[in-house]
Amino acid sequence: MQYDIIVVGGGHAGCEAALATSRLGHKTLLLTGNINNIADMPCNPSIGGPAKGILVREIDALGGEMGKNTDKSLLQLKMLNTKKGPAVRALRAQADKVTYSKNMIETLKNQDNLTILEGIVDDLIVENNKIVGIKLENGDIINSSIVILTTGTYLKADVLVGDKRTSSGPHGEKTAKNLSDNLRKLGITIQRLKTGTPPRIEKSTIDFSCLEVEPGDDVLRTFSYDSTPLYKLNEQLPCYLTYTNAKTHQLIMDNLEKSSMYGGYVTGIGPRYCPSIEDKVVKFKDKERHQLFLEPESIYYDDIYLQGFSTSMPHEIQEEMVHSLKGLEHAKILKYAYAIEYDAIDPIEMKPSLENKIIENLFTAGQINGTSGYEEAAAQGLIAGINASLKLQNKEPLILKRNEAYLGVLIDDLVTKGTNEPYRMLTSRAEYRLLLRHDNADIRLREYGYVVGLITDSVYEKFKNKLNDIEKLTNYLKSNKLTTKDNNILEKIDTTPILDGITYYDLLKRPSITLNDLNQVLELNLPYSMEVMEQVEISIKYEGYIKKALRDADRLKQLENIKIPVDFNYDSIQNIATEARQKFNKIRPTTLGQASRISGVNPSDIAVLSLFLKRYKND
Amino acid sequence: MNDTIASIATSLGVGAISIIRVSGNEAIKIVNKLFKGHDLENVSSHTIHYGYIVNNKEIIDEVLVSVMRSPKTYTKEDVVEINCHGGIASTNKVLELLLLNGCRMAERGEFTKRAFLNGRIDLVEAEAVSDLINSETDIERRVALQGINGNLSKLIQEIRRDLLQLISNIEVNIDYPEYHDIYEVTVNDLKDKIPNIKAKLEKLVKDYEDTRMLYKGINVAIIGRPNVGKSSLLNKLLDSNKAIVTDIPGTTRDIVEGTVYLDGIKLNIIDTAGIRKTDDVVESIGVEKSIEVLGDANLVLLLLNNNEELTNDDKELINKTCNKTTIFVINKNDLETKLNLDNLNLEHVVSINTLDNQGIEVLKDKIKEVFNLDKINNNDFTYITNLRQITKIKESLNILIELIQEIEDGIELDILEMDLKEVWNTLGVITGESYDEELLDDLFKNFCVGK
Repeated sequence: MQYDIIVVGGGHAGCEAALATSRLGHKTLLLTGNINNIADMPCNPSIGGPAKGILVREIDALGGEMGKNTDKSLLQLKMLNTKKGPAVRALRAQADKVTYSKNMIETLKNQDNLTILEGIVDDLIVENNKIVGIKLENGDIINSSIVILTTGTYLKADVLVGDKRTSSGPHGEKTAKNLSDNLRKLGITIQRLKTGTPPRIEKSTIDFSCLEVEPGDDVLRTFSYDSTPLYKLNEQLPCYLTYTNAKTHQLIMDNLEKSSMYGGYVTGIGPRYCPSIEDKVVKFKDKERHQLFLEPESIYYDDIYLQGFSTSMPHEIQEEMVHSLKGLEHAKILKYAYAIEYDAIDPIEMKPSLENKIIENLFTAGQINGTSGYEEAAAQGLIAGINASLKLQNKEPLILKRNEAYLGVLIDDLVTKGTNEPYRMLTSRAEYRLLLRHDNADIRLREYGYVVGLITDSVYEKFKNKLNDIEKLTNYLKSNKLTTKDNNILEKIDTTPILDGITYYDLLKRPSITLNDLNQVLELNLPYSMEVMEQVEISIKYEGYIKKALRDADRLKQLENIKIPVDFNYDSIQNIATEARQKFNKIRPTTLGQASRISGVNPSDIAVLSLFLKRYKND
Repeated sequence: MNDTIASIATSLGVGAISIIRVSGNEAIKIVNKLFKGHDLENVSSHTIHYGYIVNNKEIIDEVLVSVMRSPKTYTKEDVVEINCHGGIASTNKVLELLLLNGCRMAERGEFTKRAFLNGRIDLVEAEAVSDLINSETDIERRVALQGINGNLSKLIQEIRRDLLQLISNIEVNIDYPEYHDIYEVTVNDLKDKIPNIKAKLEKLVKDYEDTRMLYKGINVAIIGRPNVGKSSLLNKLLDSNKAIVTDIPGTTRDIVEGTVYLDGIKLNIIDTAGIRKTDDVVESIGVEKSIEVLGDANLVLLLLNNNEELTNDDKELINKTCNKTTIFVINKNDLETKLNLDNLNLEHVVSINTLDNQGIEVLKDKIKEVFNLDKINNNDFTYITNLRQITKIKESLNILIELIQEIEDGIELDILEMDLKEVWNTLGVITGESYDEELLDDLFKNFCVGK
């Protein structure tokens, strides 16, 4: 058997990677341990949220599937941070686990050039540090030019509950026992990570009447730029809130040693932003309560996901802990919480294209790269797929910059800083977040998607029309004016009178005036879509800030434009701190900009490096 | 890159001993070639050895040589220091021999540069050291030493910590909007806290301006109408300090007549068209010329005659100096008082007689008082001595001023927070701290979030 590309793993990264390569015309094999488990959501039943929601929009803008698939599987949809500025708004969906997976499997099955096969990979077949194929557990060998590993938490996975350690993936799925050892033999660094998931509770045993309700929004929206809303506002399922209390905390403290974490049964490093409830109680002793969310998992299941209550306590303690919570006094646990340990590679050993530095034509994406989250995984999967295709076409890889996309921030962070805990996308990681908004992901990235070939002509044309409308509306607002005669109109929208003529454009800079106000009060009858109006309004209102961010980004670009030769000899520079030299040698940054972001590297090291690069160039 | 450098580390001609410092891979080897005494290549590190510097058996100087091996040295390289005892001529000769035997003459500040490049000191320290080397007076030296001790770093860190608290709380609000238990920062919190941070930075700028004056000297203009005693005062100041009157080189030469040190305070006397040159000319300088020199002055000494009533010229000068730090010097206090300054509300007035020395002392004390120079000994005073640092502080201050306006304009908190972050980063440049991990650490340390 010979494929162009083999994608190993059918999670969110694997789905995007396989769809991208097959859509780009490469004969692709998607290998998974269990076909029914494709696009599974083993943890929280939600997609999006701050920063992550923007990642989904970026995936969509580039021609990925996650946004569209979420739109088909909604239980509830919400725009977050609406009271804050446009830069931090983001969508979050409660997605139906069953439907999400079904819809994705459907899409994969209907995709040309794509074959799906069940199997567990044991080893990579490598010749002269270049991929030739894979070897399955059953001994079968499948050849391909490129392999994309998206193994999630399945590399040597161990599920931990109390003092029990079981070799298994989530839901008791088979784990890839030998692959990570074989990767190590190829010279790849392997690290051990840990994550966890909370218990699932039987819906009918929860007393919701005493809990706070968190409903969905009352505005229809979609994740994808190209979907139409498929859900009904009044059929959205609510989430609920409850809190831990003194009794819960006492139970945890009394039984701390019985948890896998505190009993010393865990070796992997867990994420700071995803602490177990034990961690929360121990590290925040003064907090009287911790907030918990009850999220619906599916209309086909009776499971409620108890977000915020992830634990590695033994089952009987979990029972007591759950019963101490308000509304859950008689709750029945359907699935107990567990911690899971798994192997991952050191992402520093990847190129910014997500190709491995040691083994040519080996790409990795998702949790194997040390990240956490469906969105982070899907985003990398898409980029790995795109770059695998570009590699086969002998083209330059698609490397998004930090000022272009959260996706760029994500990958740059991974390959530059590495990570020793599962990496989650956070707004605070993006220094240019005003440029990287939910609303303008298409403007930032659609062109790339089109050039790569994942955006169809008709979708692209629609996008071009939008750009055109934006320009037209902007020009219109710039060339039409209010005069002092119109002050009575301004009074109507409650804003201070003008002393001189002012363009609509400049008037809109006032924080209190919206384009909608203006449209109504002046009876402009603007013939533009909401998206176009929103885009133009944001550009006007935040013009100063956006310009400043662009200036900063330009400065970054100058550093990014100074390329470091692949064979650059850092040992020839004596006046560089030893730590910096070691990091440079290990990471081998491709630009001075990337070098400057390596942690532990001081500005003086960069100054010295920059001097040497100049000299190097002159020689 | 790592060649061996040498230079005379002490001021030539000042003090009995001159020290020549040698740093680099071959420092010990080169000095050893010239040294008669122990074999320096085989002595322990950080030891001192008595002997002679010789050239073809001719003794050049009797010396003590300190041998310090890498890395525990100032530059982290091998360092040798030669204490020469024979005065300027023989010290120069020793240096010359070092240069002939493979050393390179160190550029100004090159030892400190190496200390910095080799990671021995951070940027703030490096700058303070360079200030120390360049400092001429006691006060400057003290200021420079404070810089090394990291007083400024500590203050900046304090401000950054305050900012970080706000920033990480706001970011947690952004990334975890669903947590009702977490305190939600509002614009009002910024209204509360920003002025305080702004005041701290403003104090730093003020301190800088004061410090700068200590470094560069206080530009003093002596003005007054003809024949009021300007040249007598000047001569008195110069007389009492004759030995250290110096010409200031470079561009300032044109406007500064001479520099006078009063208890370590540098006074640059602005040349009011050759005050010093002839008594006749000086005393004939009119009001117009006096006003011209005011622009460059940090301190104006406006002379008035105790023995005469205020003239219109006096009044005009008083008027013109109302925006300047001015000491009104009432001269000729030995004569009958005819001058009446009541109702003028003058802040700093001293009464002297340029004919005796007592008056000069009074004036000196007054100058110290006006410039608050005694606080130089006070730890409350933070010294910023270089342009890079003050530029960053002023940049931060400007962002805060904009921020306060934006709060008034009703801009959203998350946008305002980007400005806070910029201030935080800008200040971080001064202390050379990196930021991203610091922020995330703080965020997850202080807020309990996540599934």
